Amino acid sequence: MTELQAEGLTCSRGGREVFRNVSFKVPAGAALIVTGRNGAGKSSLLRMIAGLVRIAAGRLSLNGGTADTPIAEQAHYLGHQDAIKPSLTVAENLQFWTRFLGSRSDIRPALELLDLAPLADLPAAYLSAGQRRRLSVARIVAVSRPVWLLDEPTSALDAPSQGRLSNIMRDHLAGGGIIVAAAHGAIGLDRARELKLGVA
Amino acid sequence: MNPLAAILVRDMRLAVRIGGGAFMGALFFLIVITMTPFAVGPDLALLARIGPAILWLGALLASLLALDRLFATDHDDGSLDLLMMGGVPLELTVAAKALAHWLTTGLPLVVVAPLLGLMLNVDMHALGWLTLTLAAGTPALTFIGLIGAALSVALRRGGLLLAVLVLPLTVPVLIFGVTAANAAIAGPTPFSPAFTILCALSLASLVLGPIAATAALRHGLE
Repeated sequence: MTELQAEGLTCSRGGREVFRNVSFKVPAGAALIVTGRNGAGKSSLLRMIAGLVRIAAGRLSLNGGTADTPIAEQAHYLGHQDAIKPSLTVAENLQFWTRFLGSRSDIRPALELLDLAPLADLPAAYLSAGQRRRLSVARIVAVSRPVWLLDEPTSALDAPSQGRLSNIMRDHLAGGGIIVAAAHGAIGLDRARELKLGVA
Repeated sequence: MNPLAAILVRDMRLAVRIGGGAFMGALFFLIVITMTPFAVGPDLALLARIGPAILWLGALLASLLALDRLFATDHDDGSLDLLMMGGVPLELTVAAKALAHWLTTGLPLVVVAPLLGLMLNVDMHALGWLTLTLAAGTPALTFIGLIGAALSVALRRGGLLLAVLVLPLTVPVLIFGVTAANAAIAGPTPFSPAFTILCALSLASLVLGPIAATAALRHGLE
């Protein structure tokens, strides 16, 4: 049984302590919603789990994951920046990330799931903010990794797409996945645990 | 497709599409070399003597031209975060990016060098040797420049800093590149010692460049 466990995590950025002594456990099939005011360290916490921010103190482990593989390589990170190249087409962008992240799977199902198939051959420069967001979500759907780190996943998405995203997240949890999401509002997951940062 | 091949294909594709900047180096190279005879004057003997040096300097500056965007674009749009989370070691990812960069900016310089050599009155039979020194030396320029690109990744105007950081490190490449080229053209020193050292510099930078650049990228984490 996989379980994401954090003990006494402390984060400091630019010499300023953002949060200290944060501990949580997220078992397989569960979601953790990280809330808190601006600057409380929600994004920093996600980036820390993704291996993109140094852990100042504390321990982070993925019990029961693939041994000897860093958590970063078993996690998807969906941040504010969408890692989309405007001069490549939608399909080329997705194809690249699928191949780079080490999956041989076809990108068609992911494109269709996010309703991007009609746009497949369009250069990504012409996408709207919501469509770019959907393309990022298609990336994490196309490559199977157990831990999803989502930074305000519903931003820029319209109501139908938000519904689609919550279905995708539920499927991921039902398949034994783990979701850690930073959010201000509801993201369409019931029975999610909540971690409130910045209340000391 | 292997993840590294995917990087190679993506970066080359980006380079040749609109706004990519491949061949800009070759065009810059062309302009610099074309301007030289105007500055120096129509002294054919002089041109022939300084020809290899001018070609090498032009190649050096041209290969630095697009280097500051090597990691900066990936940093700005968040791709770098994901590249760090891939299953392949970051050193190899970085090396694949550098290789793609050399294929789209360094290799065109090598290809146009014989033509430009003619404009500098370089002897016909020596053009081949001169081109060979560029082919052996330009990878070193790219892979040394890689370190500067990684160090200046988060800076808005990183290009200037990059030139200041990288150019001093390329001095050995310049010295042995021009020495080998001159030896092939005029003698009397033999060609192969300088050329062998040039190859050694390239091979060493091929290994050390990605390792140092990766260390710089990891250090920049925050």
